[in-house]
Amino acid sequence: MTTNGKPKLAMYWAASCGGCDIATLNIHEKILDVDANFEVVFWPVAMDAKYKDVEAMEDGSILLTLFNGAIRTDENEHLAKLLRRKSKILVAFGSCANEGCMPALANLSPLQEIFDTAFSTVTTDNPHQVRPQTSWTAPEGEIHIPTLYPVVRTLEQVVPVDYFIPGCPPESPQIAAVIDLVVQVLQGKAQLPPAGSVIGAGTSTVCDECKRKRDIKHIKKFERIQYVKLDPALCILEQGILCSGPATRSGCQALCPAAGSPCIGCYGPAEGAIDFGARLMSAVASVIDSNDPKEIDQILDGIPDPAGSFYRFNLAGSLLRASKSAWESKA
Amino acid sequence: MQRITIDPITRLEGHGKIEIFLDPEGNVANTYFQIPELRGFERFCVGRPVEEVPILTNRICGVCPEAHHMAGAKAADAVYHVDPPRTAKMLRELLYSAFYVTDHTTHFYALGGPDFVMGPDAPVADRNILGVIHKVGLEVGGKVIQCRKYGHTVVEMIGGRKVHPCTSIPGGLTKGITEEQRQEIEKMGRWAIEFAQFSLKVFDDIVLSNKAYVDLILGDFYTHHTYYIGTVDANNKVNFYDGLVSVVDPEGVRIGKYGPGEYTDWIAEHVEPWTYLKFPYLKKVGWKGFVDGKDSGVYMATPLSRLNASDGMATPLAQAEYEKFFATLGGKPVHQRLATHWARLIELLYAAERWVELATDPEITSDNFRTIPTEKPTEGVGIVEAPRGTLTHHYWTDERGITTKVNLVVGTTNNYAPISMSVKKAAQSLIKKGTVVTEGLLNMVEMAFRAYDPCFGCATHTLPGQMPLEVTVRDHTGLIVDVLKQNL
Repeated sequence: MTTNGKPKLAMYWAASCGGCDIATLNIHEKILDVDANFEVVFWPVAMDAKYKDVEAMEDGSILLTLFNGAIRTDENEHLAKLLRRKSKILVAFGSCANEGCMPALANLSPLQEIFDTAFSTVTTDNPHQVRPQTSWTAPEGEIHIPTLYPVVRTLEQVVPVDYFIPGCPPESPQIAAVIDLVVQVLQGKAQLPPAGSVIGAGTSTVCDECKRKRDIKHIKKFERIQYVKLDPALCILEQGILCSGPATRSGCQALCPAAGSPCIGCYGPAEGAIDFGARLMSAVASVIDSNDPKEIDQILDGIPDPAGSFYRFNLAGSLLRASKSAWESKA
Repeated sequence: MQRITIDPITRLEGHGKIEIFLDPEGNVANTYFQIPELRGFERFCVGRPVEEVPILTNRICGVCPEAHHMAGAKAADAVYHVDPPRTAKMLRELLYSAFYVTDHTTHFYALGGPDFVMGPDAPVADRNILGVIHKVGLEVGGKVIQCRKYGHTVVEMIGGRKVHPCTSIPGGLTKGITEEQRQEIEKMGRWAIEFAQFSLKVFDDIVLSNKAYVDLILGDFYTHHTYYIGTVDANNKVNFYDGLVSVVDPEGVRIGKYGPGEYTDWIAEHVEPWTYLKFPYLKKVGWKGFVDGKDSGVYMATPLSRLNASDGMATPLAQAEYEKFFATLGGKPVHQRLATHWARLIELLYAAERWVELATDPEITSDNFRTIPTEKPTEGVGIVEAPRGTLTHHYWTDERGITTKVNLVVGTTNNYAPISMSVKKAAQSLIKKGTVVTEGLLNMVEMAFRAYDPCFGCATHTLPGQMPLEVTVRDHTGLIVDVLKQNL
């Protein structure tokens, strides 16, 4: 592979939806800065290098790898380890790589159940209950597909990670700001933040970015959004709709609440929060207007799906059963 | 048996893989197009409040989350037996039209187009978006970026965010648009119509006026005689957001139309043990394997299918192009897969015209964008046309509106069997006893599935450049006898 002397950049997707790559493309003309300052050596979605080209590179020869997607298959894990070895700086990019994102809700179900569901739906014609086989002997020879692991893992649960860019997907202006920063570092005009930092995001909560007015009002009942007309000027949580703003890291400019929709927590745990769900539960507890345990139970019944509501993006990265410890006990 | 492995096809999300087996004479015996990923949405979307599912299913695909958000919202409306106000439906369709413009544009200029604009066997280094820009002019690159910007601006105005919109809820939307926003949307839409016309002219100048390309399109090489499906409005005109799904047979005869509630009478999915993806087929015809013809339930759902399955386009400029399309290609139905690229541009023009139509409707800025559900939630199906095929979401809930079961038949999945057949036919036509497998040949195999704009788990199509391929030729003992790389 030719080299132009510029620092090398890689971007890879593991188990992801492609939204991180779209958000990166949505920096529009800024992509030219990337081109001017880096040699993009591996970006499967945008250019044409192969695994074996990466394997042939010297260890540590890629300056910066932006890794999006969670670790779902043995192929994902292999690429995470390979890119870790080849990269000086490895960044967990986007919610899947950082905390598992919504696909990690699959960690609540055994793998067998996921297969049984997918291959016995109402439209599936499968009288012999066929399931995909990682290795299958076709009449012409043996063919393979990757193995799905029993749980979805975050990038950091597989390899050491240097920096974390949260978001589902990261907002394009934040991506552009990170690129600016790295370019300045390359030019000696700035320094890298301490290893392990969250970059491309704020240090407070979505509530701090939200323009809606908070009255420290308490609630007696949780509502479902389809049944209420929200006041566009007031705090969504205080109107009885579960909103993840108090537990979620700032950085998105509170886009969803501005559009009349609650924060769903895609920027991950706020600075200092070890477990997103625990932080959100304590925030929710603080708006409940009751001291009577029975009444509190009734109010909480208005949150019909606690696992999905408190760990929508964070299950793989959380302290819950279906995270790293679960993987280690199964491995 | 000797085999050729194409792995990975990096511009398919989740890394598609093709195995080509050769018989002892060196002809293609069989091919397997494998999809190596399963994320289990149908399992983990169960137990969730149904109003969340259109947000969860966005994460199936970050390239076309708009399609999942719309199908999901319509399914959730149906679960609550609620009919959103006209303004809500129009706003959703407006968002969706702007998204279609962006999505189809990117495919033409970045992925599908380079094969035609530059030529299937142009130098590898030129056969990409940069080559296209150099050939048709630098300002075109600026227009493509502008088009993506405009599309995402409208998506954010109505959907709240550029990627993974969040504003559709059972009964309508969480917000409307202001008159100021409407004016901006209309202005961008008028620009998009001109851009779509320009794109059709590019196609006309470069492809249609070149006999070699027209022969390539019309040849047998990329042709399959299958059924076609696509959503149509009450006048049997193509519609992306709402209507009935029209089904036509390989002779172009409409065998029926189905609404969301009837999709299980029409569509079933076949399972193979060597891939994680299922193969949908027409239930009334039956699964007969990977074969063409009227007795095989294999169908296609793409821009070409939608044109074949409809009686026309609902907007005037696109209708004129629709007529020209079938006049040029010898009438309906058109079976030649490469014509999908042209069909996609006609849809691009329709989407831009529809964008302006909706943006200039007097009710689009009304604040009547929601109906609060009053009925008990049960079960509902939502269907939209995703750019890559008919998209069906089906949710069942308990009386609290918590999902108990979810079924999804996703855009590209519809086309899994026909894509597999196209790959096999291309391989069989290209790789014969004594053939030297060349780089140009590899691109011809690519073109077989690139026409479908495949998006397994979605995301294939948005980016510049071309799909890289690597073919390893092995003898029957597994020894590598040759490695061919394209664009490395």
